[in-house]
Amino acid sequence: MIIEVVGITVLWTFLYGYLLVASIDFGAGFFSFYSYRTGKEHLIQNMIKRYLSPVWEVTNVFLIFFIVGMVGFFPDTAYYYGTALLLPGSVAIILLAIRGSYYAFSTYGARSSKVYIFLYGATGLLIPASLSTVLTISEGGFIAMNGGKVVFLYDRLFTSVYSWSVVLLAIVSVLYISAMFLTFYAAKARDNPALEIIRKWALTWSAPTIICSVIVFYAIDLHNPHHFQKMLELSWMFVLSFLFFLGAVYLVWRKKYYGLSFVFVMCQFAFAFYGYGAAHIPYLLYPYLTMYEHFTNPAMGVSMIVAFIAGLLLLVPSLVLLMRLFLFNAKYVEGR
Amino acid sequence: MLEYDPVLYSRVLMTLTFVFHIIFATIGVGVPVMIAFAEWTGIRRNDSHYTLMARRWTRGYVITVAVGVVTGTALGLQINLLWPNFMRIAGQAIGLPMFLEIFAFFFEAIFLGIYMYTWGRFKPIVHFLFIIPVVIGASASALFITLVNSFMNAPQGFEFVNGIISNVKPLSIMFNPASSTKVSHVLVSAYLTSAFLLAANAAYAMLRGKRHNYYKKALKITLFAALVFAFSTFAIGDLSGKYLAKYQPEKLAAGEWHFETSRQVPLVVGGILTDHNEIKYALTLPFALSVLAHGDPNAEVVGLNDFPADEIPPLWIHYTFDAMVGIGMYLTIIPLLFFLAYLLRNGNPYSKLILWAIVIGGPLALFAIEYGWIYAEVGRQPWILRGYMRTPEGATTSDHVDVLFYVFVLLYAVLGITCIRVIIKMFKSNSAEDELRIIESEGGFK
Repeated sequence: MIIEVVGITVLWTFLYGYLLVASIDFGAGFFSFYSYRTGKEHLIQNMIKRYLSPVWEVTNVFLIFFIVGMVGFFPDTAYYYGTALLLPGSVAIILLAIRGSYYAFSTYGARSSKVYIFLYGATGLLIPASLSTVLTISEGGFIAMNGGKVVFLYDRLFTSVYSWSVVLLAIVSVLYISAMFLTFYAAKARDNPALEIIRKWALTWSAPTIICSVIVFYAIDLHNPHHFQKMLELSWMFVLSFLFFLGAVYLVWRKKYYGLSFVFVMCQFAFAFYGYGAAHIPYLLYPYLTMYEHFTNPAMGVSMIVAFIAGLLLLVPSLVLLMRLFLFNAKYVEGR
Repeated sequence: MLEYDPVLYSRVLMTLTFVFHIIFATIGVGVPVMIAFAEWTGIRRNDSHYTLMARRWTRGYVITVAVGVVTGTALGLQINLLWPNFMRIAGQAIGLPMFLEIFAFFFEAIFLGIYMYTWGRFKPIVHFLFIIPVVIGASASALFITLVNSFMNAPQGFEFVNGIISNVKPLSIMFNPASSTKVSHVLVSAYLTSAFLLAANAAYAMLRGKRHNYYKKALKITLFAALVFAFSTFAIGDLSGKYLAKYQPEKLAAGEWHFETSRQVPLVVGGILTDHNEIKYALTLPFALSVLAHGDPNAEVVGLNDFPADEIPPLWIHYTFDAMVGIGMYLTIIPLLFFLAYLLRNGNPYSKLILWAIVIGGPLALFAIEYGWIYAEVGRQPWILRGYMRTPEGATTSDHVDVLFYVFVLLYAVLGITCIRVIIKMFKSNSAEDELRIIESEGGFK
């Protein structure tokens, strides 16, 4: 029993990590493009680059970690999701490929062009939209078994209120998380002109985030009442999430403690994300896959968890070093 | 038109992604070793030329890493999207090495970021230490992912009942008979290829009329490394032959066009095969296959006729094997000639002929990597998991794989062309001579 819980917690934590770091990255892409269109790019471009350049590869790894870990711990997910997601998955691959390589081409290759900036901005919104459909599909109702074959019901996905509300939430929260983080980073860099602009973005995107969250809540109730009931049982987590949201926005509004404010944002999403996840289990895919019935064999499960702990012992100090050098190093952040 | 067959298109699309990714993966594994070598040489000899070399190589390297990362992500996703039935079964066994591969890559990615953005922030020796985790991470991720491939060739460490893998022993799965030769062959050939690509760059610059000492130094260290790695590749290649003879005799026999089990078997080089499996126009080296397979000219080598007809890989892999070995020899002889000319009193290692030979060696080395992988993968057919699962059983049943194939052709073409253009422009607009002038005017690196 316990090993399945450990496994899914590890995976969910990686997905949460991806949600945060990737949102910052995706949102930054959109803001770059937006500031370029409005002629303010000289104010914020540099700051965004200073943060993103050393970390963008790390962002990608979180995602692939989640996918490989998922198939490792629950091999049957490869069969159901792999068969069903051939097209949406491939679209996500293409978008990620375009984004990653053109980011590198323009940053390291010093070949900036309008096309790159546009691609970087557009993919920043399209990738979260396409990835979020995986969570939508996990709610069930979009995959049918037809003569022992997994069939993906595209028309259902495209006409579902739930699926569109999740896409909307994904895009809006990407912009919100990113703006909140960049506010903190700009303050840290003592870059006041940039701070002024980004702080406004952060406040602008805060209300839509909460509105979309509420819409998704109701859409889950419509789509999968069972899941919704279980979420209600964990309602304290969502209440806490909301309180952290209020705290974070309040601090940014009062121009105080930007660092603490971003910690609040992290807590806001942690409570909502883990609350959603905790209510989702034991199902990995309604109603076909559960974490208990479809866990890998015990020997492999244990060895993967041992590998995970050993890996963390190696990675955490490395990540701390990376953050100390680039994120929490005043000299670097200020560009001195 | 062909009738739509998801198995066929899954294989073709997987091949496409793999053939594209392996170029960048090979560079990703090998170039950090060369960067470390150059930076270390710069510190030891207190020579800023080598330090600049490390710096310039790193700049080009990160571009290829970016393409490697995104195509690697594509591969990681596609293996699930195109082979869901395989991953469902094999996922029970290969979860651990795949998981470890990501850890190794994560480690590498973190330190590559640190290494790139900390030039001049630390003492040279401290900065040099940051490339070490990059080297280790890159090679370790190659190690783990090659372990997965080894398992597909020599599966062991589990029980197979009713199509389900159970009772697994994770370490025995990872360290199977194919592991040691396959991993070392992949690693060393990646080092060799990377060294040669960098040598080809320097040689090309000299052919374009650049005569700065910087390029000569670059040629010397890259070709020295290439020579060492080329000899190691040969030694390991020989061991791979012995592994195949013992555990995958059908792959060796198909590659060498060896039909009747017999002793004192010659090695067939080149040639063509008639409809009746007669070999024509080939060069035969007496006893050589017996020696390759067992290290003994009298040894018996199992032939293809001992296998059922539906368990024999396509015979055209003979050519990919020959091409790989032929290029391997070329990559050994050219550095030898270079150093011979360097040591001889009247020799000119920088003659046009030798420089051109080095330039050609760069792309040839990449071709050898491709041929080697084609031999390894096609030579495993009809199996996806040798002896347990045939390739068609592993593939997806979804529609539209054919459309995706064309989309990915387009994607890789655009990525590949842009990548090359960016790298060329990067080095043209900022020549080594210009950088050296700046360094000298500032009195060395700061």
